[in-house]
Amino acid sequence: MRALWRLRAFVGPAMPAFVGSMLAALVAQLIALTIPQVLQQIVDGPLANRDAAAVVPLALLVFGLGAVEALLYGLRRWLVVGPGTRVEARMRNTLYAKLQDLPVNFHDKWPSGQLLSRAVSDLGLIRRWLSFGLVLTVVNVIVIIVGVGILMSMNWLLGLIFLVCSLPLWWAGYRFEGRYSEKSRLSQDQAGDLATAVEESVHGIRVLKAFGRGKHALSNFRSQAESLRSTEIAKARLDADIWVWIMVVPAIALSICLTVGIWLAAQGQLSVGELVAFFATATVLAWPIESIGFMLAFALDARTATDRFFDIIDSENTIVDPAEPRSLDRPRGELAFTDVHFRYQDSPERFGDLLDGIDLVLTPGETMALVGLTGCGKTTLTALTTRLYDVTGGSVTLDGVDVRAFKREELRTHIAMAFEDATLFSASVRENVLLGRPELAGDDPSVRAEADRVLEQALAIAQAAFAYDLPEGLDTRVGEEGMSLSGGQRQRLALARAVAAKPAVLVLDDPLSALDVTTEAKVEAALREILASTTALIVAHRPSTVMLADRVALMEDGRITAVGTHSELLRESEHYRFVITSLEEDARLAATVEDPGPDPAPETASQTEQTIAAEFEAEARAERATREEATR
Amino acid sequence: MSVTGVQGEERDEYSKTESAQIRARSRALLGSLLAPLHAKLWVTAAAIVVSSAAQVAGPALIAYGIDQGIPALINQNWFPVAFAGLAYLFTGLIGGVLIATYIRISARISQAVLIDLRTRVFLHTQRLSLEFHESYTSGRIISRQTSDLDAIRELLDEGLTLLVRGLMYMVFTAVMLLIIDAPSGLVLLASLIPLGILTRWFQLRSQAQFRRSRVASARLIVQFVETMTGIRAVKAFRKEKRNEEEFGRLVEDYRGVNARVLGLFAVFNPGLALIGNTAVAVTLLWGGFRVVDGSLEVGVLLAAVLYTKRFFDPMEDMAMFYNGYQSASSALEKISGVLEEQPSVPDPAKPVDLWKAEGTVRFDGVRFAYTPDRDVLPEFDLEIPAGQTIALVGSTGAGKTTLAKLISRFYDPSDGRVSLDGVDLRDLHPKDLRRAIVMVTQEAYLFSGTVADNIAIGKPDATLDEIKDAARAVGAHDFIESLPNGYDSDVNKRGGRVSAGQRQLISFARAFLADPAVLILDEATSSLDIPSERLVQQALQTLLADRTAVIIAHRLSTVSIADRVLVMEHGRIVEDGSPEQLIAGTGRFAQLHAAWRDSLV
Ligand SMILES: Nc1ncnc2c1ncn2[C@@H]1O[C@H](COP(=O)(O)OP(=O)(O)OP(=O)(O)O)[C@@H](O)[C@H]1O
Ligand SMILES: Nc1ncnc2c1ncn2[C@@H]1O[C@H](COP(=O)(O)OP(=O)(O)OP(=O)(O)O)[C@@H](O)[C@H]1O
Ligand SMILES: [Mg+2]
Ligand SMILES: [Mg+2]
Repeated sequence: MRALWRLRAFVGPAMPAFVGSMLAALVAQLIALTIPQVLQQIVDGPLANRDAAAVVPLALLVFGLGAVEALLYGLRRWLVVGPGTRVEARMRNTLYAKLQDLPVNFHDKWPSGQLLSRAVSDLGLIRRWLSFGLVLTVVNVIVIIVGVGILMSMNWLLGLIFLVCSLPLWWAGYRFEGRYSEKSRLSQDQAGDLATAVEESVHGIRVLKAFGRGKHALSNFRSQAESLRSTEIAKARLDADIWVWIMVVPAIALSICLTVGIWLAAQGQLSVGELVAFFATATVLAWPIESIGFMLAFALDARTATDRFFDIIDSENTIVDPAEPRSLDRPRGELAFTDVHFRYQDSPERFGDLLDGIDLVLTPGETMALVGLTGCGKTTLTALTTRLYDVTGGSVTLDGVDVRAFKREELRTHIAMAFEDATLFSASVRENVLLGRPELAGDDPSVRAEADRVLEQALAIAQAAFAYDLPEGLDTRVGEEGMSLSGGQRQRLALARAVAAKPAVLVLDDPLSALDVTTEAKVEAALREILASTTALIVAHRPSTVMLADRVALMEDGRITAVGTHSELLRESEHYRFVITSLEEDARLAATVEDPGPDPAPETASQTEQTIAAEFEAEARAERATREEATR
Repeated sequence: MSVTGVQGEERDEYSKTESAQIRARSRALLGSLLAPLHAKLWVTAAAIVVSSAAQVAGPALIAYGIDQGIPALINQNWFPVAFAGLAYLFTGLIGGVLIATYIRISARISQAVLIDLRTRVFLHTQRLSLEFHESYTSGRIISRQTSDLDAIRELLDEGLTLLVRGLMYMVFTAVMLLIIDAPSGLVLLASLIPLGILTRWFQLRSQAQFRRSRVASARLIVQFVETMTGIRAVKAFRKEKRNEEEFGRLVEDYRGVNARVLGLFAVFNPGLALIGNTAVAVTLLWGGFRVVDGSLEVGVLLAAVLYTKRFFDPMEDMAMFYNGYQSASSALEKISGVLEEQPSVPDPAKPVDLWKAEGTVRFDGVRFAYTPDRDVLPEFDLEIPAGQTIALVGSTGAGKTTLAKLISRFYDPSDGRVSLDGVDLRDLHPKDLRRAIVMVTQEAYLFSGTVADNIAIGKPDATLDEIKDAARAVGAHDFIESLPNGYDSDVNKRGGRVSAGQRQLISFARAFLADPAVLILDEATSSLDIPSERLVQQALQTLLADRTAVIIAHRLSTVSIADRVLVMEHGRIVEDGSPEQLIAGTGRFAQLHAAWRDSLV
């Protein structure tokens, strides 16, 4: 239960309310326990004496007590409404903030549905437990203890019988805890996995549709849902078992009490009123006892949810702001990589570092193209500049200051990025492009004017004037991930976004890949202007993009193996020629240099194709049979 | 305003007819979910009835024991005492066993309902067209399938058990009370009137709040999902603080709604308790008089008071789970709305089979618009003969992807028809359609899971060798083998574990494995380096030899393998001809091609 105890940090200021609520519930329950005493008075007093008048005040007393009890019930709930929901909100905000703060490698690792299920259902569960479960558990336990005490004081023998007979409940409860906790964790984790499956089925819907694999995705989803189902059923089985105990044990105790009690009454050792009161009290205890099973399960589920919450809160953030941050007013924009090493956390020992000693200096205002084969680590290198990942060795510096010495926020104002995939948000074009300029967000006319100016300029550079022609101009929402735009439009907005941020260093990861040749040329011309004053690192696959650059860095096997102008490298580096030389060029060279022999690749391909075609036939035949079967 | 489907989903107040419409459809959904479970439902009902009866018999047995047992025992007659004791024990046992049975069966029922509902929503979302998804957003669909289903699960899991059990318990208690002492029973029945009024008040007040709560939680989820999906951009552009504010506001909205619901409970609940306690006091008073009169036994009075008290015992839990009920029914309203949505690209009612497609694609008088006011593709005709390889080029935003989406039936044309081998795509059996036409989309989406799984999406029953062959053919084999676990390496969510070019290669292998009659490649090599692109092109040359292909590419190198080039400008096909023809001419393509040649080394 230590996990639940940790919740107190979030309950904090709401503690008095929770305690008050518990007190209210407790008093209400204790009142419920006194009512049988009044009953006893009535039975042994007015009823035994046949005194009608004396019944009235006692009945009124019962009513009064009942009214107070009801009021206290109200109080109990009313007190925790605000605080309870606030605790949930606080936890949710904390979780969200923590998730945003955690580095990208954390997000690489964690399935999205697991995060979502924690943020939504788990926290809801915790809130409900805090407001109801906890209060009721504490109160019920006290009521049971007090109730048993009262029973003992009424008649020690009957009380003792009741108590002794109830002991097995504790044992059952203890066993239940262990088993149920395990299932509870499993089921919440599986629910998270299911959420992940849902999320991917929605985000990947284009692929699923393109291949008609909805059914296939369904079967994966089904099998996950089935495992969740069987966990839930196993949970219910445990629950059912504990209910048997909870129902049967008190029944045994009470039946013995009944027999003995009647015997005692017949012996004259107990008045009828006392016997009545005893059973009335035992009845009041019935619900608290029966609720034990439910409360226990509730508490265990809440504990699991809390554990899952703290899984994230306790995750160590490896990329944090330094204790004594450095700051630069106007960075000149000298970006330098010195002996940079990097490896992804999950890369096995036997593999070398992905970046294995990168040395590269971009002088202020220089435009450097980064060229290398697919998967050689270009994107990874760009991610190191804004600390989306941290180097595992060496350093990246901006104007001679290690990027790790800046506050992340400041660093990211100095360096702006455009990613390979556009990652737009479902907001207006304006908001998307001005993402890096929060100070231009207001509605103030002067701010607005400045914002419009920046927008216009950025859109002009990225050749994204199409945005003005969208149905609602710059206020058109671009749809989730910008999916209501064409690929090239998305990419240009992402480029405009980076440009609008007015950084000292621009890091552009393959920024023109989705543009046609003409647009590309225009973007290049426009970029060249701003690039004159801005340092830029541009990942490039095409000679056309490379043309933008003053110099080119060639990346190979985790190192920069050559730096120079395009023509220098063409001349000097064979690998560079291999990487950048176009197909036609290549074909021409091949034609002149050597006789192009039969390529091995196509052969394998056509073989594969034949087998695939044959199997396709067979499959079609089989399916035709089943489909005909179905129609018949 | 209409409330059909997901329209008006964000509202929380509806007119009477709208309310009725929504309730009717969610009731119909619930009915259809429960229909296959009737047998189980009856068993549970029986278990509840008997177990509640057993529980309810308790006080009567105590009363019997006290009233009959004591005098009898004084006369040395043990029978009534023994009977009372044993019967009490027996009822306890029966009650316990039956409750356990009930819990088990009801868990089965609720899980069956859930899995059925999950499957339906999942399938239906998959059937809904992209048009729907683009406007509805993934976050909302996800919230329908997670938090809304959670609400229903809560009700089914815990809520229903206590609600139904409590209800049965109350009914039996009332009946027992009427049997042993009719006047007390009448008091109890009279108390039902204020009870009903209070419940109705609560129901009316809370319904709107519960609806609001579903909407608020969906908004929360939308924001959450979007942040986590775009975490790199969030970080790079320092959106954290702004997001926190935004999220904080949504959290506060959600909290506010929840607090209002709970506030209503803080009135509802003590109201119930007050009614119950008043009934107890009245029973006691009236019964007391009658005992004094001598018309009532003390034991019976005790039983009457106990019954009256117990009658209200489950009320609190019932109130708590009435909460669950309301929340679940709002959730069901939203889910039934999604299920009511009709796909704008519907499956054909009478599908036409096309066992082996030749691959002739025709556009007849096709016009297409995403939004009614703006034609993206003005009316045009086009025929792509079987086996032809087409290069589709044009400036960005010209409508190339849109045209491709029409061929792969992501959308249906606004006017005219698109056909494959003479069969309108709208009539084609969906399975045949998907087998015949495959599109590699501009965004290479990978699912979390292994590389092999991702490639196998092209052909789910493919063997590992086939998968490897496909990867080899597109030149992805080497890099895959160099991953930590080769084909079994997990690519992480959205393929974050591999580079952009590698993602494209995997997507490409997928399409290669699917082996369709018509293959559409939308910028499938844009992120590849030139050597890999070269390999892919070689693979394409053999792959496309005898099939229809539409290749969209800005790098005109593709053109070399095309039989025919289409140039698109502002949604129109402005040039159409063989590459040689067009290059030799003076049109757009000749210019483009010249520009592209210049851009080469
Ligand atoms: N999150 C990750 N965890 C582990 N390995 C990764 C991760 N992201 C990328 N890799 C691996 O690191 C290598 C470099 O990836 P990176 O994305 O930097 O390549 P790239 O040079 O940008 O390639 P491309 O030109 O295709 O974009 C790849 O082999 C890839 O498989
Ligand atoms: N889902 C959508 N909803 C509304 N408009 C859209 C949608 N998708 C595309 N559009 C618009 O339709 C036009 C054509 O888009 P399309 O994606 O077909 O262009 P494209 O030729 O593929 O361009 P690119 O080369 O940039 O990918 C664009 O103006 C775009 O903004
Ligand atoms: Mg990359
Ligand atoms: Mg496109």
